[in-house]
Amino acid sequence: MRISRLAASVGVTFAGLITTGLVTTGLAFASNKNGPTDGDLGFQRSVTPVMDAITSLNNYWLVPIMVAIVVLVTALMVYIMVRFREKANPVPSKTTHHVGLELAWTLIPVVILVILVVPSMKLLYFQDVIPESELVVKVTGDTWNWEYSYPDHEHIDPYVSSIVDIANADKFGLSHAEIIARIDARPAGEPRLDGRPYLLATDAALVVPVDTVVKVLVTANNNMHAFAVPQFGIKIDAMPGRINETWFKVHAGEEGTYYGQCSEICGINHAFMPIEVMVVSKAEFKRWAANGGSFTTQISQNTGSITQAVPVNTVQ
Amino acid sequence: MATTYASADTDAHDGKPKFWVRWFFSTNHKDIGTLYLILGLIGGLVGGFLSIMMRLELSEPGLQFFGNPHTYNMFITMHGLLMIFFMVMPIIIGGLGNWFVPLMIGAPDMAFPRMNNLSFWLLAVALVCGVISMFLPGGAGGAGFGGSWVMYPPLSTSGHPGPAFDFLIIGILAAGFSSIFGAINFITTIFNMRAPGMTMHKMPLYAWSVLVTSWLLLLSLPVLAAAMIMLFTDRTVGTGFFDPAMGGDPLMFQHLFWFFGHPEVYVMILPAFGIISHVIATFSRKPVFGYLGMAYAMVAIGVVGFVVWAHHMYTVGMDVDVKAYFLAATFVIAVPTGVKVFSWLATMWGGSIRYSIPMQWALATIFLFVIGGVTGVFLASAGLDTAAHDTYFVVAHFHYVLSMGAVFAIFSGFTYWFGKMSGYLYNKWLAGLQFWLFFIGVNLAFMPQHFLGWQGMPRRIPDYFQEYQLLNQISSYGSYMSAIGVIVFIVWVIEAFIVKRKAGDNYWGEGADTLEWTLSSPPPYHQYSKLPQIK
Repeated sequence: MRISRLAASVGVTFAGLITTGLVTTGLAFASNKNGPTDGDLGFQRSVTPVMDAITSLNNYWLVPIMVAIVVLVTALMVYIMVRFREKANPVPSKTTHHVGLELAWTLIPVVILVILVVPSMKLLYFQDVIPESELVVKVTGDTWNWEYSYPDHEHIDPYVSSIVDIANADKFGLSHAEIIARIDARPAGEPRLDGRPYLLATDAALVVPVDTVVKVLVTANNNMHAFAVPQFGIKIDAMPGRINETWFKVHAGEEGTYYGQCSEICGINHAFMPIEVMVVSKAEFKRWAANGGSFTTQISQNTGSITQAVPVNTVQ
Repeated sequence: MATTYASADTDAHDGKPKFWVRWFFSTNHKDIGTLYLILGLIGGLVGGFLSIMMRLELSEPGLQFFGNPHTYNMFITMHGLLMIFFMVMPIIIGGLGNWFVPLMIGAPDMAFPRMNNLSFWLLAVALVCGVISMFLPGGAGGAGFGGSWVMYPPLSTSGHPGPAFDFLIIGILAAGFSSIFGAINFITTIFNMRAPGMTMHKMPLYAWSVLVTSWLLLLSLPVLAAAMIMLFTDRTVGTGFFDPAMGGDPLMFQHLFWFFGHPEVYVMILPAFGIISHVIATFSRKPVFGYLGMAYAMVAIGVVGFVVWAHHMYTVGMDVDVKAYFLAATFVIAVPTGVKVFSWLATMWGGSIRYSIPMQWALATIFLFVIGGVTGVFLASAGLDTAAHDTYFVVAHFHYVLSMGAVFAIFSGFTYWFGKMSGYLYNKWLAGLQFWLFFIGVNLAFMPQHFLGWQGMPRRIPDYFQEYQLLNQISSYGSYMSAIGVIVFIVWVIEAFIVKRKAGDNYWGEGADTLEWTLSSPPPYHQYSKLPQIK
């Protein structure tokens, strides 16, 4: 009996410490690399104003307050468990009401929530009210790839962006290294990875200029999908019969390649329809747009000059 | 005529019918409760098997166990549906509710015993339909329905041409009607069959929780049934409720689904709150602190639970003002939930606390539910949800509140009442081992998923980018550990029935003061032939 009592209190304390320890260290060690990082515990690195706002609301408001609540409740619980254990307090009190206390623990959470509602609303309206856009791209989810088009640039033909992968039937039991080796053994001209991240890299990226407000129109042909780029702080469902919109503006100096994945279950290849966004300088985008048409050659020229053959995590 | 019935009560066999009639045509609330518990165990074992297969697949990048990703999608779908409709609900409402609501309020049985039987067997039919659907052609060259438990069209209509999903719809409809009948039964029983002197404000909190839950089921399940029938006709006779090409709207389905789906999560957690309240009070040897606040906090959670559904749909492209409303409304739920947590702590304050197994489960429930609760605030904040939506952060959040909140409360209640139901005491060492395997296992399994979500790993994918490997591995090891916990659980239940340590009428002592503890363990086949009088 004594052992299980001790173990219970130690266990709960321990789990509390681990939890808070993980959360705080995770934020302290948030990675500076692009894309996800193994073992990293925070958000991916932000490159847009919206993701900056999300990250700061999360890291400076929600996480500290929520961790504090968990720590306080756990500490109180452990204190009660020790102070009022049977041996220390053999005769229980008979108190069952305390109006002041009950009012306090109703009203104090209300105050905390009001404190949190204000920045939450600010973020929401910042994110959802789209500023004057300088470029519009239209994204159409299909089973299982993305079609990108540029309504402002009629000489850029819409093009389809698919994962660089081998057939599902050939993948069973293979490690990623083996799959990557098979993909890269293809003859030149066919889509290869050449060091780009497997499961995230595509055969044709969405190309946008840096430091530009880009409005994204999102819809779908058949099943639902969701267009998401974590480092931009955007995620919006692609739904047939409906055009959704969102926006992003990549900070100046953050040219590079960014990745996302379809974020609404859409069938067998839901895991295999990544989103690859190539952010180029304004001048380079202008050149690329002016050369619009034969996309495959254009993109390879562009990738050559920007991030081709560089794995996602070592960009910048 | 009354004498005919009286004779059944007083004959030498305690009025028990023979095996077939007793278990297959049962109208006895305790027998039906036992049947529900068995069904819940089966549902939980199948659903748990599916989750272990998922964790095996995710323990390293690549496709090692699922050659066809559709099969993986089917596993996540059926894991969700089985755990919700065929594990948590049958155990926490059908099983423990049937057993203990009549005992706690001093009623001889449920108000409609035959409808009670119908509820159970509809659920059994539903489970069979659901399991059969896993083997029928679904879509994408694989068996079963792989559209996730939310069943969004068009994936669930044009995306799954095979008969698997039709079977599943029939199963969900049967489960839904089972719950509606069960809810009507509980509401009627609680309103009309309380013992003389037991006013609503003297009723035990578990009965309160089942009452609120029953109203949630009664009001939300018809909406799900309507949505399911519309899906069915869209699939079979070419109506276009959710098909934009025919003037329909797939978004409409999401509103209907989550109008049911959000109350549904409270359906799972409110009875858990009820159980925890009794366990905390019993082992602190103190009455529940702030009883009325506790009861009406559950009512408040139930009411507000009906007006927050679209916080599951922040990324569908709603108007920003609508999102703002759902953000604010969702935050409100934290207040009554906080009242409950603080009242539990205040119940312990000043108590004389024993740490028996049910109390360990209950304390762990509170701790884990608080973690799950605060991550809920992240998700309620619509702007932040954009980053977390449909990532593993969401998976971690709802497993903390459900697979830890609700399931730990189930184990708390089961160990609390096991002696009362079976008449035997469990082996404390084995039951304690199960607790620690579970407690450490689920934390290892789900804590890393928060960070995977922040790192952007989407839900519902059988293969992932290699940089997500470490946290996924930890998560998988945690799930294997809790699977061992399930085996230990089955072992201790069997051990208790073999060794047969007799349980006394009130084996927890003076803290256990509700009416079921005045009866023998197990209670007589028909109890309260003379109704108890409440002072």
